[in-house]
Amino acid sequence: MPATLPDRLAAPAAADATTLDQGFAAPSGRRSGAGTAALAVSEAQRSERLARMRAGELGSVHSWELVTAVDGPGTRMTVFLAGCPLRCLYCHNPDTWQMRAGEPIEAQEILARLRRYRKVFAATGGGLTLSGGEVLMQPAFAARLLAGAKAMGVHTCLDTSGYLGAACTDEMLDDVDLVLLDIKAGDEQTHRRVTGRPLAPTLAFGQRLAAAGIRVWVRFVLVPGVTDDPDNIRKVAEHAAAIGTLERVEVLPFHQMGRDKWDALGLDYALTDVAPPTDEQWSAACEQFRRLGLPVGGNPAGVSR
Amino acid sequence: MSTISQAPSTTTAHLEPVPDPWRGFPTGSWQERVDVRDFIQRSYTPYLGDAEFLAGATPKTRRLWQTLERDYLSVERERRVYDVDTATPSDVDAFGAGYISDDDDVIVGLQTDTPLKRAMMPAGGWRMVETAIREAGKEPDPDIKRIFTRYRKTHNEAVFDIYTPRVRAARSAHVITGLPDSYGRGRIIGDYRRVALYGVDALIEDKKRAKDAVADQPFSEHWARYREEHAEQIKALTKLKVLGAQYGFDLARPAATAQEAVQWTYLAYLGAVRSQDGAAMSIGRLSGFLDVYMERDLAEARITETDAQELIDALVIKLRIVRFLRTEDYDQIFSGDPYWATWTDGGLGDDGRTLVTKTSFRLLQTLRNLGPAPEPNITIYWDEQLPDGYKRFCAAISIETSAIQYESDAQIRERWGDDSAIACCVSPMRVGKQMQFFGARVNLAKALLYAINGGRDEVTGAQVVTGHAPVPGDAPLDFDEVWARFEDMLDWVIGTYVEALNIIHYSHDRYAYEAMEMALHDSEIVRTMGCGIAGLSIVADSLAAIRYATVTPVRTDDGLVTDYLTEGDFPRYGNDDDRADDIAATVVHTVMEKLRAIPMYRDAIPTQSVLTITSNVVYGRSTGSFPCGHRAGTPFAPGANPTNGADTHGMVASMFSVGKLDYVDALDGISLTNTITPAGLGRTPAERVTNLVGILDAGFAPQD
Repeated sequence: MPATLPDRLAAPAAADATTLDQGFAAPSGRRSGAGTAALAVSEAQRSERLARMRAGELGSVHSWELVTAVDGPGTRMTVFLAGCPLRCLYCHNPDTWQMRAGEPIEAQEILARLRRYRKVFAATGGGLTLSGGEVLMQPAFAARLLAGAKAMGVHTCLDTSGYLGAACTDEMLDDVDLVLLDIKAGDEQTHRRVTGRPLAPTLAFGQRLAAAGIRVWVRFVLVPGVTDDPDNIRKVAEHAAAIGTLERVEVLPFHQMGRDKWDALGLDYALTDVAPPTDEQWSAACEQFRRLGLPVGGNPAGVSR
Repeated sequence: MSTISQAPSTTTAHLEPVPDPWRGFPTGSWQERVDVRDFIQRSYTPYLGDAEFLAGATPKTRRLWQTLERDYLSVERERRVYDVDTATPSDVDAFGAGYISDDDDVIVGLQTDTPLKRAMMPAGGWRMVETAIREAGKEPDPDIKRIFTRYRKTHNEAVFDIYTPRVRAARSAHVITGLPDSYGRGRIIGDYRRVALYGVDALIEDKKRAKDAVADQPFSEHWARYREEHAEQIKALTKLKVLGAQYGFDLARPAATAQEAVQWTYLAYLGAVRSQDGAAMSIGRLSGFLDVYMERDLAEARITETDAQELIDALVIKLRIVRFLRTEDYDQIFSGDPYWATWTDGGLGDDGRTLVTKTSFRLLQTLRNLGPAPEPNITIYWDEQLPDGYKRFCAAISIETSAIQYESDAQIRERWGDDSAIACCVSPMRVGKQMQFFGARVNLAKALLYAINGGRDEVTGAQVVTGHAPVPGDAPLDFDEVWARFEDMLDWVIGTYVEALNIIHYSHDRYAYEAMEMALHDSEIVRTMGCGIAGLSIVADSLAAIRYATVTPVRTDDGLVTDYLTEGDFPRYGNDDDRADDIAATVVHTVMEKLRAIPMYRDAIPTQSVLTITSNVVYGRSTGSFPCGHRAGTPFAPGANPTNGADTHGMVASMFSVGKLDYVDALDGISLTNTITPAGLGRTPAERVTNLVGILDAGFAPQD
């Protein structure tokens, strides 16, 4: 690990499963940018807004997108929720960290949009992916979206670090078909360095998913000089192998497409000089997973979040 | 309707008896009258399997393609034009036989005596020919020049004899651009299959009969034109037999084998591209037709699969070396030197059977055997119901070569039947029963700026249109007011545009009539006036900005609005956001309503396209800045594409936006150009194919 890397970036003061409510900063209004285009922004006033967010009727949404082959199988409507408890060094969407930076969007508004795309989902084997930010920062909102999607027969997927897995209820898991579980690092020290948070909740969530019979794709971002220590990768592979319902591992190469966002937000970006892994480095990392008999995919050109 | 006589089995110069051309074909009304569709429907074998049966390129095919590349194509890339024949105005039979090499003996025929050598077609206009010859580094022949400037009037001369002041003004201000007033209009697909199925003699008999069917009617201009055009068609067919004889074939009779069917069909197309240099010279829908002959020859053990593939490879090689004499200006408008030998394939029949045959696969296989190339422009009519093996093969070839375009089969079939083909890139027409008067397109984006400036050009400041007041004052623009002015301005713009088109096609029919192609049409056909618009996304985004944000005009000292200050957010076309997409759909509908209100030359049915694939740079260069932020002089987005960078919610969302444009308002077609890297479709080749098939199957109509 290069000495120049900060031990950790400032993590938000209160953002774990037990103190989630205090972390609930309602978005204040419409931001610039086209992130939520075509979704009507809620006009609810602040006090009402907070109450409706707790009920899951309203969420803080960063953006939505129709994507193919990046956030789960087929063509999917990926909804990026605002707010995240982690501060990953390589985060390429730091503008999703603050919940208040999102826009207040009704769950019904998203479900109505989802309904339009049912044929696309059916034709491509796609569906809904809830991503972020961290989707489990807004568990009630997520639960409502998942239930709504399942009610119309749409495949559902969570893209999560699992750090807030405790916020995910069993009822909610009933409505989840697939989890993209991001294991950011294999050992406690590296995980804390990379994310500012402990690793254990992620591993616990993985075991809970396996126990519930929910399919899991483990995702791991390969960052030269940060996560590419073979020992670290081996441990990530072991954690992945321990998940009984693991279906696929995706090794995502780090890229520099998020750098401008760090600059725009006035944040101190520690990876300015880090180059994306070479094809050889990427292949070597994949090989470590294969050695444990894991089905490895990932896309050399894939986009990590 | 009298019977088309079946050609007798005769003995040719090859001293082998010609087998009965129609042996084994199901009987039907196609034997009573020219009806290729009926023949196909009764005879073809749908293929529901996968690509396993296909054969690779033969050594001969490979040698031929390598010779072309080494001796001709590489030279042409260096000097832009390989060679020009400056002595021989081109025609169906103007040149003797020519070959690429000794290996060139499968499907033969060149436009001139040498591959890639371009020929003059001065009937369209002399100036264009002379410029192109000089740009190619050669000198025009003074005798030819005298003929076409002194004795033989051209299409171009006629057009400018008739053009009105307002057409000239709109042309020079680039409100209307790329009009076919000095080059061939194209967008006509001869039914080249007729030559193979019936032989030229039967087609001549049919045309003579049609010509004389009106002989006892009284004189009218329409009657005279009908008879004169039929006479021209018969002359062209007679020349086509000469062309066949130059290569040793008796085109008078029907084709009797698969090799002959491909050869006859190609020579008919060759007759067309020797006599016309239209902007798009599309070849139609051949696979199902040719496959009938392939199946028969395979059953008779006359050919193997390798032979069948060699025939299609040889045909495609010929289609890849069609060349026309163009000017550098022309190449700019069309971004290169395209000739749009569009070959339509796939789709379903009215009876629900797929029209996919093994030859549909063989056509795609040419992209592997010969490598990718833009011509022939392979266009697949896509439907979810297409056989899975074919869908996956299309997707795989798309991913490998980026050389396939897709159309919605259901939408086209519903309107134009199950034997239609695409002319150029998106214009569908019933083969042999319909043609288009190609209309280039009008710069709709500029029309919006004219509406704001009351007809003054935002680039030159000149008053191009009179009788329109500019938006007054310095206050932010009001949507309703701008829309009303836009509609008023459209009346002038569309009226002027159609006036130009009527003049152009009247003149083209008189002075550059496509006798060869029209000889391969029915005598009574449907004509459409293919009007087009450029700059849709800029118009939609700008109107959305005026409506949802605050747009303040920025004026020069003399009051001309040349820029806009736009504050606040506004929805943009291309994100499946109804607020912006509805504006786009309304604009297209409004233009169509205005077109419908204007009488068209030869009772043509007006249609509209949203399809600028190639000329966006040219349109953008002469257009100013917009409320949406589009800067003066920069290229437009192609066709119905969202403005570059404005679609932020993924390609599929932009497809939904485009899907909201009503096909009824744009029956000449809507194009959306997308770039996807293979890696963007999935992690394995199989996953990529599945995902692309899924995207195409989805159809982009929202579910209610």
